Amino acid sequence: MVEEKVHIEEELEPILKKVSDPEIPVLSIIDLGVVRSASLNGNKAKIEITPTYSGCPAMDVIGDDIKTALKDAGYEAEVNLILAPAWSSDWITEEGRKALEDYGIAPPMDATSDKKALLGEERIVKCPQCKSTNTHMVSQFGSTACKALFKCDDCQEPFDYFKCLI
Amino acid sequence: MNKEFLIKYIYGIADNALILGQRLGELTGHGPTLEVDIALTNTSLDLFGQVRSYFQYAAQLSDEEITEDDIAFLRTEREYLNVLLVEQPNRDFAFVIGKQFLFDHFHFLLLTELQKSHDQTLVAIAKKSLKEVSYHKRFSSDWIKRLGDGTEESKQKMQTAIDDLWRFTDELFHLTENDKKAIKEGIGVDVSKLKETYYKNVAEVLEEATLDVPELNYFQEGGKKGIHSEHMGYLLTDMQYMQRTYPGMKW
Repeated sequence: MVEEKVHIEEELEPILKKVSDPEIPVLSIIDLGVVRSASLNGNKAKIEITPTYSGCPAMDVIGDDIKTALKDAGYEAEVNLILAPAWSSDWITEEGRKALEDYGIAPPMDATSDKKALLGEERIVKCPQCKSTNTHMVSQFGSTACKALFKCDDCQEPFDYFKCLI
Repeated sequence: MNKEFLIKYIYGIADNALILGQRLGELTGHGPTLEVDIALTNTSLDLFGQVRSYFQYAAQLSDEEITEDDIAFLRTEREYLNVLLVEQPNRDFAFVIGKQFLFDHFHFLLLTELQKSHDQTLVAIAKKSLKEVSYHKRFSSDWIKRLGDGTEESKQKMQTAIDDLWRFTDELFHLTENDKKAIKEGIGVDVSKLKETYYKNVAEVLEEATLDVPELNYFQEGGKKGIHSEHMGYLLTDMQYMQRTYPGMKW
């Protein structure tokens, strides 16, 4: 796992924590790891965000939501989209992983396990509902670009798995 | 540095993703199953996302006051530099998968090499896109195996598609004068060097799928020079309709 240093101004963190991914409302953009820097100069906030997937349609909304949240808190905001370094599912925080699972989305595993799971070699993705690992992949592409569709063979519920991207 | 060649080089790469993305977009709501429909349109979305990054960069480099939308939607047919392979019609599911498979394997190799470019923006886009293209490649390769090694009918259809599309693969490795300039500047990828690995990788999957690797000695080309097949005009008419009807329209 590559350690990425992200500088987020303390004062801005609680505001950004309130902004979430519109497609996964329980996950704040901080926990998703898309905020790459947040700096403050007077009341001018400069935020850098990076997309999870190139075509992620949520990025424009996230950008607008950040601006609104900061404006409401009395800051002037500038939001820039950066591409390097490319987002990795490793950047989802522990708290974020827990929020995902509670919400019904299986959080991403490490790259090796992920590959085995998506290739159907091993049944290791845990059902977020009943916690069974007796699950199978239905499709590598799920409801959004970042997810794959799984089904639990114990409780029979379909669920999303947040794909590993490193 | 002369930026014109760099802009043209970017078009050469991005137009492939744009036109293939458009072809995949045509399948929205028409996929053979819900899951496949979603997978193909997700792939389309990834490609369009990549295209936006390339075109935003190209617009930034340009001396003219243009945006990514102008580049994507307001060029004439001859100004699009995509290869002939990606503009081929979808016909049936075997053709959709065959086209995707033959392009994904090339795309993967291209982006892997583009990561070594001296242009840092292109490196960033390549790194980002490569992660997505790995998924595309896995998806299309899986389907090649499933259809090739499936029923008699699926095998025959898959073989027909591969045989038909094969004549467009050689163009992927041609170098235009502009490509040569980009390679000399340390920015472009020498695609001619990817040919051997490409055919080896593709053959491996086809063999596993119990399909025959076509043995062709005639190939078609032209797209890279802006000379397209008869299908391109129809595709552009569809794709450019909104921008031409409502100039300046935005998302």
